[in-house]
Amino acid sequence: MKKHWIFISLGIVLLAVLPLASQTTKESAPQAAAAKQQAPKASDRTPDGNQVFLQNCARCHTVPETFSSRISGTVVRHMRVRAGLSAQDEKALLRFLNP
Amino acid sequence: MLSPFPNRQLHGPLSRICTVLLSMSAVCICPGVHAQNTPILSGGVGFLTDTNGGNTTYSPNIAPVLAAPIGEHLLIESRLTAVESFFPKGGGQGYGHLHFVGPAFAQADYIATSHITAVGGYFLIPFGTFNERLTPFWINPLQDGPLIGGIGTMNSGSGLGGMLRGSAISTPRFSMNYAAYLSAGSTNFRFTSSRSTGGQLNAYFPNAQLEIGASYGRLLESTQTNSIGTHVWWTPTSIPLKIRSEYAHGPHSQGYWVESDYRLSQFKGENSLVGRLEPIFRIQQTFRDSPGNDGFPTVNNQRVDFGLDYHLPHEVRINTSYARRFASTGDTNIWETALIYRFLFPAWRGK
Repeated sequence: MKKHWIFISLGIVLLAVLPLASQTTKESAPQAAAAKQQAPKASDRTPDGNQVFLQNCARCHTVPETFSSRISGTVVRHMRVRAGLSAQDEKALLRFLNP
Repeated sequence: MLSPFPNRQLHGPLSRICTVLLSMSAVCICPGVHAQNTPILSGGVGFLTDTNGGNTTYSPNIAPVLAAPIGEHLLIESRLTAVESFFPKGGGQGYGHLHFVGPAFAQADYIATSHITAVGGYFLIPFGTFNERLTPFWINPLQDGPLIGGIGTMNSGSGLGGMLRGSAISTPRFSMNYAAYLSAGSTNFRFTSSRSTGGQLNAYFPNAQLEIGASYGRLLESTQTNSIGTHVWWTPTSIPLKIRSEYAHGPHSQGYWVESDYRLSQFKGENSLVGRLEPIFRIQQTFRDSPGNDGFPTVNNQRVDFGLDYHLPHEVRINTSYARRFASTGDTNIWETALIYRFLFPAWRGK
């Protein structure tokens, strides 16, 4: 019965190693620049659509590869209900999906 | 993946609801409606296998989601699940099969104000995170749900009634959203629900990318019981890592799960050979406090899951996982694989 602790220990080690591995991976210059762009200061008043997308939609699911702009309004309204977006975030997300 | 409602086909109330949903969505093609608001057909198609203790079950699945906005404030949405499960009968008698077709939700959402959305119909119970967010197999990185998934979700996972939800506070540093529902009991085999009430409160801290939430549910039938739950998610946007955890306490049992998944996209980009890989780990424990017919394991369990998903182009994903479950009734190995395609397109062609 005690052997299950081997699995649990292994899992906990993995749980710890994954974040460490991801943080120590060096970012390329374009990636770093993009990350910088994607992270506006908290003091910014207008919500950034990309940030709204990353923080709310991508929290649960991967980003769709592509979708028609004809359905962007429907997708955003669906996300507003599902993710509890504010009206302001909804507008920012719609702007982001329809630049 | 076996359904509790085998051998049932699309007819009766379900077909009537589908007709109403399609009719209402047809309203959206009227002139003057903004072109971005074309109804969508989304969802997933998958072929899932599960080998539990040496017995392999094969489950082709399709789960279409329809979302159709009407005017500026209304959204009609529904998700159907159709699954056929082939499982060994035992004793060398070959394979049997069960099928299930039914709605996970079929609801109307009315966006009343910037803070309030009123939901009516058949909706997913807002308890914890798994039921509302991760039940679609094209979203969940592991095939099986957590063992505590039955706590607080009132038996069927869905409610029939009304719900208020929305964003209570939203600032650049902090946001909070809420959901509160009241469900009637229904024994209709397509729209099963329990008389219950409950709600959820989530706080999100964008700077830390941290979400903390609490859930409450009260079953209002026969012996009235309470369930409580809490969850913590850390989903940094700068690295492709997600750490999710949840604890729930029901009338007869309690448990928790912690899951970590990391898409290796930092290794030469997400479209590289390695960058398409996503290792996942989940640990969970359940504790049986008293006997009860709640669908929960009858004895204490520990389970660890090691998953490895591969994201192919064109929204196709291969999921693989190995799990070991430890219980006083015996330890078992669980091997699972899945080939999944996620789709998202307009419900009809437009200009």
